[in-house]
Amino acid sequence: MSTTTRTTGGAIGASLDRIDGPQKVTGTAPYAYEHHVDNPLYLFPIRSEIARGRVTGIDASAAEALPGMVTVITHENAPQLADTSDRELAILQSDEVAFRGQYIGAVIAETFEVARHAAGLVEVSYDEEPHEAELRENDSDLYTPEQLNAGFPTDTEEGDVDEAFSSAAVTLDERYTTPMEHNNPMEPHTTIALWETGNLTLYESTQGAHPVQRTVAQVFGLDRNRVRVVAPYVGGGFGSKGLPHANTILAALAARMIEGRPVKFALTRQQMFTGVGYRTPTIQRIQLGADEEGHLTAIDHDVIEQTSKIKEFAEQTAVATRSLYATQSRRTTHRLAALDVPVPSWMRAPGEAPGMYALEAAMDEMAIACNLDPIEFRIRNEPEIDAETGLPYSSRNLVACLREGAKRFGWKDRDPSPRARQEGRWLVGTGVASSTYPVFRLPGSRATIRYEGDGRYAVEIGAADIGTGAWTALIQISADAIGVSIEDINLRIGDTTFPFASVAGGSSGITVWGSAIFEAARVFRERHGENPSEGDEVQARTPDNPETENYAMHAFGAYFVEARVDVDTCEVRVPRMAGVFAVGRIINAKTARSQFIGGMTMGLSMALHEESLVDGRFGHVVNHDFAEYHIPTNADVGTMDISWIDEDDPYVNPMGSKGIGEIGIVGSAAAVANAVHHATGVRVRDLPITPDKLLR
Amino acid sequence: MDAEITLHVDGAEHRLTVDTRTTLLDALREHLEIISPKKGCDHGQCGACTVLLDGRRANSCLALAVAHDGTEIVTAGGLAENGDLHPMQRSFIEHDGFQCGYCTPGQIVSAVGMLEEVRAGWPSHVTEDLNVEEIVLDDDEIRERMSGNLCRCAAYANIVPAIREGSER
Repeated sequence: MSTTTRTTGGAIGASLDRIDGPQKVTGTAPYAYEHHVDNPLYLFPIRSEIARGRVTGIDASAAEALPGMVTVITHENAPQLADTSDRELAILQSDEVAFRGQYIGAVIAETFEVARHAAGLVEVSYDEEPHEAELRENDSDLYTPEQLNAGFPTDTEEGDVDEAFSSAAVTLDERYTTPMEHNNPMEPHTTIALWETGNLTLYESTQGAHPVQRTVAQVFGLDRNRVRVVAPYVGGGFGSKGLPHANTILAALAARMIEGRPVKFALTRQQMFTGVGYRTPTIQRIQLGADEEGHLTAIDHDVIEQTSKIKEFAEQTAVATRSLYATQSRRTTHRLAALDVPVPSWMRAPGEAPGMYALEAAMDEMAIACNLDPIEFRIRNEPEIDAETGLPYSSRNLVACLREGAKRFGWKDRDPSPRARQEGRWLVGTGVASSTYPVFRLPGSRATIRYEGDGRYAVEIGAADIGTGAWTALIQISADAIGVSIEDINLRIGDTTFPFASVAGGSSGITVWGSAIFEAARVFRERHGENPSEGDEVQARTPDNPETENYAMHAFGAYFVEARVDVDTCEVRVPRMAGVFAVGRIINAKTARSQFIGGMTMGLSMALHEESLVDGRFGHVVNHDFAEYHIPTNADVGTMDISWIDEDDPYVNPMGSKGIGEIGIVGSAAAVANAVHHATGVRVRDLPITPDKLLR
Repeated sequence: MDAEITLHVDGAEHRLTVDTRTTLLDALREHLEIISPKKGCDHGQCGACTVLLDGRRANSCLALAVAHDGTEIVTAGGLAENGDLHPMQRSFIEHDGFQCGYCTPGQIVSAVGMLEEVRAGWPSHVTEDLNVEEIVLDDDEIRERMSGNLCRCAAYANIVPAIREGSER
């Protein structure tokens, strides 16, 4: 591509290699722990060994005697925080312990080895109180939260569900459970904190530099401009790095005690199982009613999940059920158990992922009960409008995804009877499921465009690339927005020095950051024309989209899975998965495909592998490493056929894109589970589907 | 206790003093500021820290630096010579064999080391004939031999063709 060609489009949609590819394949892209700092200190945390109670004594004398020790920080000597209203972040402010593994102190030393050794020498005594760390269906203290994550209402009801259910020709009433899961990005949560003359610099592993800046400034009572957060490269997050957690506060507290020296703190993998968020376990009851033709007449989805006593997180598990299918009557509810546990948080598609597992497994069971093909059953219940808002969809191509996927996968002559195909040792089955994810639009992002001479434009926005490909996609968007080629863009992201960017979460990044860039480009041309002078600059904010008043905006998809189950050991293998998506316009075909593959593989993982096991007696996750908390390896993944429908949605945003980071995991676990049922005839309703649950 | 050791990393000789408890990974990252090998689990379970240690792939988080005095170490940074990417690195970029990039240097070093194991005739769990003269590196062999390198972004379906093509260059 010529550097002098001015294009009026065409960068969006190209299948470009990642522009940060060379740095990543050589390992020279600096992640949070890897920024050069002079004369660093190392922090190793001291964590509570009880689940509830008080710290009655801390003896650090043996630790302090070690050569290379700098200090031990506990609630007895820690600086006071200005704002302790967020009790997840208000660490070392009292002797109280709210969950096992909570930070009760830290050792700071000249080397990592000394810090770790010293932390093990600190003797802590406790006054222990009874605790409850396990979610129970019959918990008498279940309560109704005021609202759910992302502001969704807790309960909804339309029509007379009980009447419709009792008069339905076909009914289903089943219970599905999903376990606690941990995000486990490959890069652990990591901070380098440095206080200098009242200013705090954080090299941070985060999905949002500005959200961290705002939270940390508030907790420490600082002006925002005294906190700088740097995060050019982030080694994954999947939600756990979406909100700052206590580890960031601990590093900043320690650094405040030792002004002028940077403090490095990376969680060990085992520490990643406490205090950086997790997916709540869920207990879900689904009731479906249908008439003789297989039209749904009643949908009821009731969810029980957990939160922490110190801070509420209410996952929006049944929200997708409120709109995906047409029905005459519908009810959704969410109830919480507040436990002595770390705070649950976002994990890739919080709500949609566990909720759509249950709904799409139930839809498979209901299709069988109605004697209908599961694709035909879903198409028969396709709604005309969004039931939750009463609005038409800006675009909705779920049916096209189902039909296209059926063709690509070879669904046509499928024998619906379960446990009817065997090849050697393997029982073979196929399954399908739908997917949906809303188009979230977070407020406040801003972009600066500056003409830097010689045909080149700087585009600055504090956005994070956690592996999504934002570094590349935002250059493509900038090129088309400004009307130049991609070589003419100097993109700068991942630093609070640049204009405010909202979190890389809710699949919203490209929607809001891209809209801010388009708006800045429009205003830039308005003010400075086609021949700007060097230094001409414009900053603009993500505009409101009035079309959100007129249309419901959601992405859709469909999955097809082949599962093979060993007839004796019940080992499950998935040799192929297909995903077809209707997600508006694709910004970068290459990186988009990777997002879909990644999401679908995480869905496969949710179906077959992942489960954090809590020992209720002590309140901790027992299988807290990669040897025992299983995620897929290369050998667990087969062929991935990814495609998408050409979807032209003029209402969502200037790019016409809908956000693709999360939809890949939504429903894919159900497609695997449905395929396993088709192969074996065994319906496992409690994830993950491990061999013991298939042995009959 | 400290010890003085020499490490030859990516063609350069380094003399350094390390705590005898320092892992090879931390010696590279914290003492020499060579950040290509990543710390993902500190347990030998994820492979992000993979380096070539005297020509063979190894988890540098499970190696004590003091036990490897005088060794030759190659990291992903060292695979690129004079700024030219190694064919395996180019293939990973073309096939988008990564997203966040944190496991990637380990994946690539592991792939390069793995190809030598195949050339040397080492069988894997999925090699049908243990006595075969020349092992054919098909997709199942790649998947099996690369399963010590975890990728939470789950780029596996792109890593396999990246290695297949990278091995042919």
